[in-house]
Amino acid sequence: MRMNGGQALIKSLELEGTEIIFGYPGGAILPVYDPIIDSGIRHILARHEQGAGHMAEGYAHATGRPGVFMVTSGPAATNAVTPLADAYLDSVPMVCITGQVGLAAIGTDAFQEVDTTGITRSITKHNILVTRAEDIPRALKEAFYIATTGRPGPVLVDIPKNIVDATNPDAYFEFEYPDSVDLPGYKPDVPVDEAAVAAAITLMLAAERPVLYVGGGVLKSRGADILRTLAEIVQMPVVTTLMARGAFPDSHELNLGMPGMHGNYTAISALQKADLLVAMGSRFDDRVTGKVGAFAPDAKIIHVDIDPAEHGKVRRPDVPIVGDCRVVMENMVIQLNAVGGADAFGDRSAWRQQLSGWQEKFPLTYEPSAPGELLKPQFVMEKLRDGCPSDTIVASGVGRHQMFASQYWKFDHPYTWINSGGLGTMGFSIPAAIGAKAAFPDRMVWAVDGDGCFQMTAQELVTASVNKIPVKIALLNNAYLGMVRQWQEMFYENRYSEVYLSHDMPDYVKWAESMGCAAFRVEDSDEVEAVIAKANAINDRPVVVEFRCHSEEKVFPMVAAGASNDDVIVDPSQAALLQSERLHQAGSQKETLR
Amino acid sequence: MTRPGDLAHHTLAVLVENRAGVLARVADLFARRGYNIVSLAVAPTSDERFSRITIVVDVESSPLEQIVKQLFKLINVVEIVELAPSESVERELIIATVSAPKSIRSQVVELVNIFEGKILAVSSEQMTVSLDGSPRKIDDFEALMVDYGIVEVQRSGRIALPKIGQIAPRLSAVEA
Repeated sequence: MRMNGGQALIKSLELEGTEIIFGYPGGAILPVYDPIIDSGIRHILARHEQGAGHMAEGYAHATGRPGVFMVTSGPAATNAVTPLADAYLDSVPMVCITGQVGLAAIGTDAFQEVDTTGITRSITKHNILVTRAEDIPRALKEAFYIATTGRPGPVLVDIPKNIVDATNPDAYFEFEYPDSVDLPGYKPDVPVDEAAVAAAITLMLAAERPVLYVGGGVLKSRGADILRTLAEIVQMPVVTTLMARGAFPDSHELNLGMPGMHGNYTAISALQKADLLVAMGSRFDDRVTGKVGAFAPDAKIIHVDIDPAEHGKVRRPDVPIVGDCRVVMENMVIQLNAVGGADAFGDRSAWRQQLSGWQEKFPLTYEPSAPGELLKPQFVMEKLRDGCPSDTIVASGVGRHQMFASQYWKFDHPYTWINSGGLGTMGFSIPAAIGAKAAFPDRMVWAVDGDGCFQMTAQELVTASVNKIPVKIALLNNAYLGMVRQWQEMFYENRYSEVYLSHDMPDYVKWAESMGCAAFRVEDSDEVEAVIAKANAINDRPVVVEFRCHSEEKVFPMVAAGASNDDVIVDPSQAALLQSERLHQAGSQKETLR
Repeated sequence: MTRPGDLAHHTLAVLVENRAGVLARVADLFARRGYNIVSLAVAPTSDERFSRITIVVDVESSPLEQIVKQLFKLINVVEIVELAPSESVERELIIATVSAPKSIRSQVVELVNIFEGKILAVSSEQMTVSLDGSPRKIDDFEALMVDYGIVEVQRSGRIALPKIGQIAPRLSAVEA
């Protein structure tokens, strides 16, 4: 069928199964927007290109399918940089289409011209500047293939205006969509090295204090079910990183929760004291390891990752296994069953007892607010968790509210937690929640946001209202850039530099209402539950609930940046107990030395 | 200072798809990850779909394994061969304009002849000479020319092929 480049682009998206394009039109991409009118693909007009990008990410996180976003050239492309970088660091499959000035104008500093492929080279898995209309189908085929295979990531396709221009005779060609790609340098399918899996199983059988250190790769590989099977056979305690919350049910007895800078004491200490870590789709991020040289000093490492460059990047594994986590785990389970399954493992009750002892002594905790005091964010999260269905999708911004959400929510289903882990993008939650809700209109979707984050992307609530995407926002308003404040309090001698935002300015309720949302303000602990119930009953428009929170409330536990996980700081109420525990430990070590 | 011909460096022959921006991708990757390039040479291969980039990398800056693995992640990188100096033939070209007034011209000519180089141009005060050979030989030649006063110098960066009968180990991205 003969068509022009713009029509070919939309046709290619249709053939790739695209349901929704999140986007924002403009000069250079105009010819591609025209055929959208005749297409079955839904287009959601964001209010900022960054918002469109995070919506595509939210969609991809929730569905596992590639998010698609489309913007014009120049400033739109530079606005797309943040979501692209975000998707790159969190391995989110995404295809971004950018308009570009006509080929003849490239390099002339034309209006709204930037070197988009140059700018995005180091924050995309791959990018392509298409120079001929007839190359558009191949470029799109490659983009989707690269974005969704191997380690997923964002791929950008830059489209000069002239090759999609309906008035340009050279932009017409006979459309044919390729069945396969020709990428001699890209072979994402790696057969599982069964000998390496066997070596891993030998280590598992010998381990006395094993921990499954689960990262986002397990979710990317859709491996939550087999993970559970594996953990149960080996009876191996599991920690789920910030990117992996939901990959293993929080209510499962083997789940220790989140490790890392704001992980819980047991999860952090389990990694430190383990004699074997099975790193499954995790990448030894600095926020998990703390000081690398002091991380899990006694542990042998089995590292399963689809990206071989992760092996040895931070910590040298004893057994590296390249492959898709799900496929590798399936192979592990087969081999484990062949050696006797759960019966093959010796008694690890001492390890389990040590862990449950820590869980009893050092649970997550906070001081409830006194009557008349502002709300505690932890309390709000508990009430929200208890007031929502367990399969609620929770998106989060970046900061203290993000940590409270990850700590206090009970994640029992995969793909219910959407956050910006690697890049730490403030303002992520509202657009990401919109993307998830657009994908699953029948699911409840809450964004947990801070006041700093809210002010960065709140305009997307207009997008939500106009497009009838009724997301709910729990705005934890503590009047501060809370996480930065916490660092200034702890590491800069209470010198609060440029972190105050105010509880009252702006008026969040009026602002939310002006954007078509229902809006509530809660200041009293007694009202929290009722307002959440009221918010959950509203389904015809977005809801913003402003929870007026304590400014001083800090996130604990905390491992200071660059410090060893052994030096985790617990909640002040547990500090004395931890101190005596450490003295006791040091004493028994001395005795052993004697 | 490390001299370009020092054998401590590693040479990677990187076969890439002949697509726009490929060299920029490779160079960007080195810059972004903090790897140092000692020299770099690019040329088409006998197969027009591919080019070969010969990169001499400073392995002090980062372990070679990480460099190779990160390079492999570039979609347009097809194959990476590590050329160990002992198992490959390496050549480099130098062109230098040296100060060679009448009084010392014969000495310069003599050195060029000893090294089997070529004299490309002569003026009353200067001489432009060229030499190809192993990077170490080029280092030695350059060091000797310094005494006469190098006005301008350009080195090509090294290119390399495996020695015949020895198949260089292809560094696969997958560890054994």
